[in-house]
Amino acid sequence: MAQLKQMVEKVRSKNAGPFWITIDVFCNQDGSFDAVSACLTQEAVSPIYGVAPEDVLRFELRDLEVIKLSFPRPQIQGTREDRDMHGAAFACILEEMEVTPA
Amino acid sequence: MVKVLIPSGALGLKYDRAALANGLAAAPDIIAIDGGSTDSGPSYLGRGISKYSRASTKAEWRDLMVARAEIGVPLLIGTAGTCGADPAVEWLLDITRELASELGQSLKIAVLRSEQSALSVTEALSQGRIKPLAPELPISAELIADCTHVVALAGAEQIQAALETGADIVIAGRTTDTAVIAALPLARGCHAGGAWHGAKIGECGALATTNPNAGTIMIEFDAEGFTVTPMAETGAATPRSVSAHMLYENSNPFVLYEPGGHLDVNGARYEAHGRSCRVTGSEWVTNDTYTVKLEGARRVGFQTISLTLVRDPRYVARVEEWLGLIRDDILGPVQANDFTVEFRLVGQNATLGDLDVQAVPPGEVGVLTIVTAEEQARATEIAKLLNPALLHYPLTKDEPMPTFAFPFSPNEVERGAQYEFCLNHVMVLDDPMEAFSLEVVEI
Repeated sequence: MAQLKQMVEKVRSKNAGPFWITIDVFCNQDGSFDAVSACLTQEAVSPIYGVAPEDVLRFELRDLEVIKLSFPRPQIQGTREDRDMHGAAFACILEEMEVTPA
Repeated sequence: MVKVLIPSGALGLKYDRAALANGLAAAPDIIAIDGGSTDSGPSYLGRGISKYSRASTKAEWRDLMVARAEIGVPLLIGTAGTCGADPAVEWLLDITRELASELGQSLKIAVLRSEQSALSVTEALSQGRIKPLAPELPISAELIADCTHVVALAGAEQIQAALETGADIVIAGRTTDTAVIAALPLARGCHAGGAWHGAKIGECGALATTNPNAGTIMIEFDAEGFTVTPMAETGAATPRSVSAHMLYENSNPFVLYEPGGHLDVNGARYEAHGRSCRVTGSEWVTNDTYTVKLEGARRVGFQTISLTLVRDPRYVARVEEWLGLIRDDILGPVQANDFTVEFRLVGQNATLGDLDVQAVPPGEVGVLTIVTAEEQARATEIAKLLNPALLHYPLTKDEPMPTFAFPFSPNEVERGAQYEFCLNHVMVLDDPMEAFSLEVVEI
């Protein structure tokens, strides 16, 4: 087992408006895109954020070697329960996700 | 061809002065800049105020007003004062009047207002002209009346109307980030897909280049697409830096919804041309109905916070148990439900809460106590009630009284009103101008 951050160049998270979080996983440009992509299924990612798999939008940008994941914020931006106004730290727990490199 | 000079991603974010000078020398048709965003949270819209200070905004706006006068092209700002509500528009208009007087400029200013009255939004709701976006939030006449400010996001049409007045400066309330850049190219017949796509690439200034901190870029729009060029001496707009910008703050990297239609970049082609990037093949798809997105914020209480620093290893290890005892002993007897108390453990999992399953035991913990109540005085009363326990509460009855570290005196800080975004809807319009107003001010 390894952590996702050992397989990729960078993971970035940010608000996409007050109601969505979007996460961009930038793969190492070394042919590992398919292996990373296989790890980042909706079923694998959704429990990390406590959202339903069908609520996770997933995009493969093969030219950029990026996997993009977007989902409704677990707490709307700026509500009393929100802890992260800009959605900056959501990337950290995806980087720490346990993966099995193919 | 239309050349749009974008000084930076937002007024207040600073830019490289040399890059701006290069941009002015390259003969733009317009200077366009964004003045806001929802990104810093609901308080700005809730209060109708700017995030940036008046002094820093005035200093940057002065530079741009001087630049406009020098080259004689319109200067356009969208989402004035962070939130684009009417008081924020007045705030920037007031700064503009002050600068015009200081600089000795005579100006024609078009002011586009985007604020919506509760009455007009409630009427639209009853007529079925308010449609939810995903995720769907509840909406009612009561909720609309509860909002301190509601704005509609103007698109290209409303900004074009402001430009058609022949104004030297356009100060717009809430607009989409892209519309301020796309408006003039669209009005002059440039490729619609290219205009919106270029606007999305340019909305954060040089962020779509390899020298993101320089701020200033030029986008040239034409009949087939657009070309992005950084105005700083270093850095480049590359096919990768430009195409990757569609990812930024966008839940779908191929589609962008705007008033009146959507942009589809699935067919976009990116080519390197020296330090510039040329983009063609983007498509604009017109909707049957014209809709504008609404944003609204309402006040949901007042907060008082405090910070307690726990360094004793025994208390650090048992901090949740300790706070549980305090909650039961101090708050338990308070027979009221007109407040909430949350303890966030800074150093342990304050950033992500229960989602953080890999948090490691820290050397110290900051207990951020957040009290929320209907009134400020009530929130402070509860925070003060907790003060002695957060200072001295023992884990067991038979140990000497402990003392924890307070960084401040008084240790309670009144945060003021708490606001929430509460609309995620679009409003259907028959005429793009019907929800907006345009005023021409001569000074």
